[in-house]
Amino acid sequence: MYPRPFHYHRASSLKEATKIMSQLGEEAKLLAGGQSLIPLMKLRFANPQHLVDLNFVPRTSYIKKKGDALHFGALTRHAEIEKAAVASRIPILHDCAAGIADVQVRNRGTIGGSLAEADPSGDWATVLLALSTAVQCLGAGGERTLPLSEFIKDAYTTALGHDELVREVIVTIPAKGSGGAYIAFKRTAPVYPTASAAVQLTMDGNSCVDAAILLGCVGLTPVRAREAESALRGQVLDERAIATAMEAARVAADPQPDMRGSAEYKRTLVGGLVKRAIEVARRRARGEKVEVSHIYA
Amino acid sequence: MPETEIKPRRSKKRSAGGAIEKWPITVTVNGKSHSLAVEPRMLLVEMIRESLDLTGTHVGCDTTYCGACTVLLNGAAVKSCTMFAVQADGAEITTVEGLEKDGALHPIQKAFGDCYGLQCGYCTPGFMLSSVQLLTENQQPSEKDIRKAIAGNTCRCTGYQNIFKAIQAAAQSMKGA
Repeated sequence: MYPRPFHYHRASSLKEATKIMSQLGEEAKLLAGGQSLIPLMKLRFANPQHLVDLNFVPRTSYIKKKGDALHFGALTRHAEIEKAAVASRIPILHDCAAGIADVQVRNRGTIGGSLAEADPSGDWATVLLALSTAVQCLGAGGERTLPLSEFIKDAYTTALGHDELVREVIVTIPAKGSGGAYIAFKRTAPVYPTASAAVQLTMDGNSCVDAAILLGCVGLTPVRAREAESALRGQVLDERAIATAMEAARVAADPQPDMRGSAEYKRTLVGGLVKRAIEVARRRARGEKVEVSHIYA
Repeated sequence: MPETEIKPRRSKKRSAGGAIEKWPITVTVNGKSHSLAVEPRMLLVEMIRESLDLTGTHVGCDTTYCGACTVLLNGAAVKSCTMFAVQADGAEITTVEGLEKDGALHPIQKAFGDCYGLQCGYCTPGFMLSSVQLLTENQQPSEKDIRKAIAGNTCRCTGYQNIFKAIQAAAQSMKGA
């Protein structure tokens, strides 16, 4: 399958890319890992007249620890994050990076591209919203940094202006006593999840001081299950508290019925995923090493 | 390595806008350097199959799912149907044709044969290249490591058990080498 013909531009710096984008206008698109964009172009759902390739820009793939934050270059590949010891110290990041699609896609796909694409079924936004994450954007007019919650606007829609791109993703390292987990239900590795849950808990002994619960693939953007978070906050995490959170997550989900399942099925599924993720997050908050993988049907 | 000038075999269709834009690229495929001019929309798999005539890399689903088109790009397994040829400029690519060395099969090729890790063979090159990335990075892969490494490759004949055994056997023989 061929995409429609397009003009190819190879940026040598991110600044140059923003300049090219502002000259070319709305018919141009940025190419990062291409694992979402190229399939869309082959199916001719996306038909940009110009592609501006970022893959030849040096020094865009890195993970740096600065103070209490990890800084990810926009073109850091999922596989690099999966293998990086510094990122694995935040287990929920490793769950995400290691579980995206398959080896081949993880070798190409990028964290910045995933956020900029804002696919409702993408993994990174769901996980990074459960942490404290900021997105540094560079445009022809300068630079700005936004919290991820303000960056993601809608399905496939971000706060990025046409000539803006993601330069860096900045994740605050969770404090000691905080643990998280990300679990998705997938029919098979290469496809998007049917539903997913990201849970980050801050614990004091058995009681939960703070909770972030995000649901993936069950809304136009990742869904923050606020009632589910409240059900855990300040509580001892016994069966009743967890059951209340599950039910609240089920209600918060707003899934579309599709070939992966009915809306009711996905709601029930997401409740179960939240329960599993809470149980793993709680153990990790205690410092236990818990390996978890997605659930493959 | 000698550079060979290879012209794409595709007919020169014209788009509505006039002459087709082509990008000059240089890629090293299986140790041999090639300089070509490619249309930006040409997929890497098409360059490999149609411009370089290396037809061991297959197109299966053409939608980033099945992994039949897997090649190594600078040592990393990628789906060559989901990358433009122009993006491979300067890269080193290994296809299934590059696994054999001096007439001797690569241990993964031998193991797929010995263990009956294939039936129709369509998916096999992709499986072997995903396995080569795994065995290069991890000389003692666990069962889970192997399953994870081939999760992006689909086989519709074998049920995977013999593929799995072939990768285990290749790991053993490469360790002994």
